[in-house]
Amino acid sequence: MCANKLSGAQILLKSLQAEGVDTIFGYPGGQALPIYDALYDSDIRHILTRHEQGAAHAADGYARATGKPGVCLATSGPGATNLVTGIANAYMDSVPLVAVTGQVSQSLLGRDSFQEADITGITMPITKHNYLVKDTSELAQIVKEAFHIATTGRPGPVLIDIPRDVSAGTADYNGREEMNLPGYQPVLDGDPRQVLKAAEAIAGSERPLIYAGGGVVISGAHDELLRLAEMLMAPVCATLMGLGGFPGNHPLSLGMLGMHGTKYANFAVCDCDLLIAVGARFDDRVTGKLETFASMAKIIHIDIDPAEIGKNVRVDIPIVGDVKRVLNQLLEALQPRLGEAWRDKILAWKKEYPMSHCDHGKLKPQTVISEIYNLTRGDARIATDVGQHQMWTAQYYSFTKPRSLISSGGLGAMGYGLPAAIGVQVGCPGETVFDIAGDGSIQMNIQELCTAVNYELPINVAIINNGYLGMVRQWQELFYNRRYSHSELLNPDFVKLAEAYGAEGIRVTKKSELVPALEQAIRSSKPVMLDFVVDREDNVMPMVPPGESLDRMLG
Amino acid sequence: MTHTLAVLVENNPGVLARVAGLFSRRGFNIDSLAVGRTEDPSVSRMTIVVEGDDRYLEQVNKQLHKLVDVIKISDITRDAYVDRELVLIKVHADASKRAEIMQLVDIFRARIVDVGLKTLTVEITGNEGKIDAFEDSLRPFGIKELVRTGKIAMLRGTKSSSKNNSQKEGDVN
Repeated sequence: MCANKLSGAQILLKSLQAEGVDTIFGYPGGQALPIYDALYDSDIRHILTRHEQGAAHAADGYARATGKPGVCLATSGPGATNLVTGIANAYMDSVPLVAVTGQVSQSLLGRDSFQEADITGITMPITKHNYLVKDTSELAQIVKEAFHIATTGRPGPVLIDIPRDVSAGTADYNGREEMNLPGYQPVLDGDPRQVLKAAEAIAGSERPLIYAGGGVVISGAHDELLRLAEMLMAPVCATLMGLGGFPGNHPLSLGMLGMHGTKYANFAVCDCDLLIAVGARFDDRVTGKLETFASMAKIIHIDIDPAEIGKNVRVDIPIVGDVKRVLNQLLEALQPRLGEAWRDKILAWKKEYPMSHCDHGKLKPQTVISEIYNLTRGDARIATDVGQHQMWTAQYYSFTKPRSLISSGGLGAMGYGLPAAIGVQVGCPGETVFDIAGDGSIQMNIQELCTAVNYELPINVAIINNGYLGMVRQWQELFYNRRYSHSELLNPDFVKLAEAYGAEGIRVTKKSELVPALEQAIRSSKPVMLDFVVDREDNVMPMVPPGESLDRMLG
Repeated sequence: MTHTLAVLVENNPGVLARVAGLFSRRGFNIDSLAVGRTEDPSVSRMTIVVEGDDRYLEQVNKQLHKLVDVIKISDITRDAYVDRELVLIKVHADASKRAEIMQLVDIFRARIVDVGLKTLTVEITGNEGKIDAFEDSLRPFGIKELVRTGKIAMLRGTKSSSKNNSQKEGDVN
């Protein structure tokens, strides 16, 4: 027998390539050195971020934009703990991410060794699964299982912690490992009886409403959703994660629902007699007060994760399965219907309560975002940070394609946007990529601008700069009697900062400068940082106060 | 209502931490948990006793299912089952009290497993009711130390909750 002995590090890289990985995002360090040494000879492209959190977010952005699993790599201890926010973020938004960390040798484990952290213990609640590799011979199988778990069922992050003696040790490798996951069997097809019940409920409804979540985007069910909506003449509202899963410019689109949703979406939720939840999880930012959420409606809930059924709201007809498959099953069981009275009611709401903002005086954030939409014709990939600018992006950029909005939804992690945009641009070369950021958020991972310059990634960073932690200030204005406790920001000169990093910087203070600046940025082959100095105290409206009923919107 | 779950898990390091961590972060309360190897050394079995209504138990069940190391969960509460718990009790017993304690031990079919200068250590197995009654009857003598294994349970008759019996239970569709 001709044994093919390889080092653990080589086995790791070969196993990654066997999973189709050609790019990873990482940051080296002591216990990861065997892996980095093997990378030196490998075809895998390694993007060196400037912080491990940047690597995790970039791998996440790459995964969201391409649909392929993202991979990040860090060393033990602080390298691994710096990944934690990125892993939690991927977990909350069901992003397929494989995080590989170096670990101290097994002889040093559990002794508080230099740069030792129990990263499998730390990430237990924020990973779909994780592994501490104990033997080089287990590595290939573990990598295979990790990718399978990360990418199937409800996707999510998987962490593989590799002690140095495992990556430096040797083992046979033949690339034909078998997985052993007796406890992991995601249900993909909907139960036909449930599908039939759902079809009956739909046929019997007068005012059906589709509530589309991130599951539509993840399972690639946008075509099926469009067919369903048109067949039923049912309006579609989306969660933040669901934006782009249904064309935002379609007459049946109601935009986003929930805390900062459109009035007509929230009215529709309150008035519908059948709510069809598709790949969504009834988050508190969506439902507002649970007791009054869709209180007149029967609820059909389609989701791949059985634990989401009945977690927050009582559901009448649950269907566990992959959204795309279940929608296809449902489409076969359904008859087209005409719901003109319902459609007309929705159209009347849209006319009466349109999304609008004041466009006089100072430069308005909504104007900036609308103009980005106009100039990119909705074709750009838009990453965002978290806060007011994120909500304005959801409201004023009409997302028409899946995977075009890349945003931290569940975790709401400031600092996500810039590294995510880097991951998006790496995964989608040649496309126009924006990071719409706030002046607070951008400073949480601004060092990654250097990564963009380093790898010549022509991303456009649009900072909606109001000199405040805007969403914090908005809540302080509305609920804390305008006591602006620690929410005003002293900012650096973003133009000079961009230039210092080797990027272009453009400041825009007037509406007349807006379009030329954006055109210049989109044309540029360099990363560009745009500093939009906007009206300081603009609020995101409409707004459902926390814990209130969806029909009690401010603004 | 008190539920008894028989949970088969892969015998991997950290699996107990995964299950315990899940219960604590989701706010589920464990009444008792006993774990050990099964007839298949790669599989461990946990007997978990939890208190809660049906909706609560449904979430416990589904969240447990999401753990990759969990192979199978059976809620055997409504089936006929045998359950046992092993308890060791060290009780104060000077010469004047020994006879009385030994009588109680006989009545409850317990066993004396160690004799100290002023103590007796007693072992008892049985269901919860029996053990509680025994504990109550020893309390007047002064219990120095008590340790319970937590309940283990098994279905009666030929039915079983073991791995090859069936797959992971279907989802509540």
